[in-house]
Amino acid sequence: MTDLSDLSRPAAKPARVPRAGGAVAPAQLAVIVAGVGLLCIAPFLLYPVFLMKLLCFALFASAFNLLLGYTGLLSFGHAAFFGGAAYFTAHSVKVWGLPPELGVLVGVVGAAVLGLIMGAVAIRRQGIYFAMITLALSQMFFFFCLQAPFTHGEDGIQGVPRGHLLGFISLENSLNMYYFVLVMFVVGVFCGWRIVNSPFGNILKSIRENEARAISLGYSVQRYKLAAFVMSAALAGLAGSLKALVFQFATLTDVAWQMSGEVILMTLLGGIGTLLGPIIGGGLVVSLQNYLATSDVPVNILTGAIFMVCVLVFRRGIVGEIYASRIGRALGITHRH
Amino acid sequence: MIMIFGIPVQALLGQLLIGLINGSFYAILSLGLAIIFGLLRVINFAHGAQYMLGAFVGYLMLQHLGIGYWPALILVPLVVGLSGAVVERFALRRLYDLDHLYGLLFTFGLALLIEGTFRYFFGASGQPYATPAALSGGNNLGFMYLPNYRGWVVVISFIVCIAVWALIEKTKLGAYLRAATENPKLVQAFGVNVPLLLTLTYAIGAGLAGFAGVLAAPIYQVSPLMGSNLIIVVFAVVVVGGMGSIMGAIVTGYLLGLMEGLTKVFYPEASNIVIFVIMAIVLLIRPAGLFGKEA
Repeated sequence: MTDLSDLSRPAAKPARVPRAGGAVAPAQLAVIVAGVGLLCIAPFLLYPVFLMKLLCFALFASAFNLLLGYTGLLSFGHAAFFGGAAYFTAHSVKVWGLPPELGVLVGVVGAAVLGLIMGAVAIRRQGIYFAMITLALSQMFFFFCLQAPFTHGEDGIQGVPRGHLLGFISLENSLNMYYFVLVMFVVGVFCGWRIVNSPFGNILKSIRENEARAISLGYSVQRYKLAAFVMSAALAGLAGSLKALVFQFATLTDVAWQMSGEVILMTLLGGIGTLLGPIIGGGLVVSLQNYLATSDVPVNILTGAIFMVCVLVFRRGIVGEIYASRIGRALGITHRH
Repeated sequence: MIMIFGIPVQALLGQLLIGLINGSFYAILSLGLAIIFGLLRVINFAHGAQYMLGAFVGYLMLQHLGIGYWPALILVPLVVGLSGAVVERFALRRLYDLDHLYGLLFTFGLALLIEGTFRYFFGASGQPYATPAALSGGNNLGFMYLPNYRGWVVVISFIVCIAVWALIEKTKLGAYLRAATENPKLVQAFGVNVPLLLTLTYAIGAGLAGFAGVLAAPIYQVSPLMGSNLIIVVFAVVVVGGMGSIMGAIVTGYLLGLMEGLTKVFYPEASNIVIFVIMAIVLLIRPAGLFGKEA
């Protein structure tokens, strides 16, 4: 049911000896180093707030991919963690006066707890039911946010102070803020990568490939799924917390179901089950939205069309296609599982 | 004034009636979803958009072609059903051999596309659709005032639900449908045109959504956003009922509509989320859903 392997497993040459889990191909390493280097100098070339938004969504998509790409669970409710964490961080920083690092921590822990509750209910069904249940639960959280007093309903929490990191680095300076977001982004993506390439991650993949066999091997599949769900929720929460600090507000937009759809699109477009895919997909979608915001082309129509085209003819996503192509194989960055 | 649990009977019955009307829409929509899922194994995320499409096609027919409510009630489901058939024939069909999630994702994209298009041309605000003259006015039932149109909605949607149930459970065509659900290859080997059956099924499901849209037009305003929030509630209804049985989808739809109405009386703040809460409870106690077959 939840087997997504047809897109995340491009035809690898059978002769190639699989490397040990966690190893990175030289070409892949080069891309990562170049990417991080580029991100370090990017704020001098591009508008920093735009870049921070890009990083937040790329991290969000990576967190989502942890669940869909490596555990085979399609969550249609990740907006709850993203937007929920944004609310938690905004409230704790603005009303309780916490410093930003603790505010982010509150957001991440809050998202993880939310993930634990939602996950415990949702993992009782699989496949399409799982998607519908997560969607319904996140919609429930949306209505909670609409009515709870601390979220201020339609207005959202506005004027969130960025504060001083560790007490002395002013985040009001957008360059400082950018590097803070960048560090958290790298940490978040690294966490995701470590999880995927650990024995734990291998069990997740085995669940994705063949759940019945994983059960027969003695793994308590439900617990692993729940753990993956909570980790994914926590990382999505990290992205949401950072977004609340960057834009200095938290609103209903971030908990609405459309946001859950957006993160699916980012992951699908970039490549489900790849490390770089969701990052690239997130960057593309955010850039597209930014670009379209000034034109009068409605974003929803285009988003819907891209969705349909991706599903029909482009299921591996951009990075998945590169991996599967001759170039990818020649560079030795064939995707492994 | 008569009181039950400290609530005036009039308020209670009034909300129960609203619940029954909402439940009628839940029942028709979840019925359509269940039929499509039963045969195509696709969760039709575009169901809400097709419901909205139905209301808009009815509205546009009235505005530009002068076609009134009664012909629209027949024509709109045909138009929406035909559009569904086109979608199935040229896109959805390619996804059957893949993971079922792709069907969900494709129809999600379709829903965004349809809703985005209507929003672009008509804005987010609602357009009024007049109640047909024959059903204007209302009756005083003694304990409450019942607008005729709402009574009509309850009656006709019940009839349609039963008719569709009978079509699937009691006719030859329905027997083919059910057989194809069990084992499509075998049914094809017997000479039944299964691909055509699949197209027809999706068209029927979409047509039902379109029909619900026309029914809803005079009650709720015709707006591009009318379907998107409703569909999530209907998903919850489907999860509660389990998609194993057609009758299950219908009964659950009415039941949850009434529960929602009751909640509005006793604890209005929770009325938006009560269906989701019930869904969570049902999942914890009986993961397969109330009428579900598989574990």
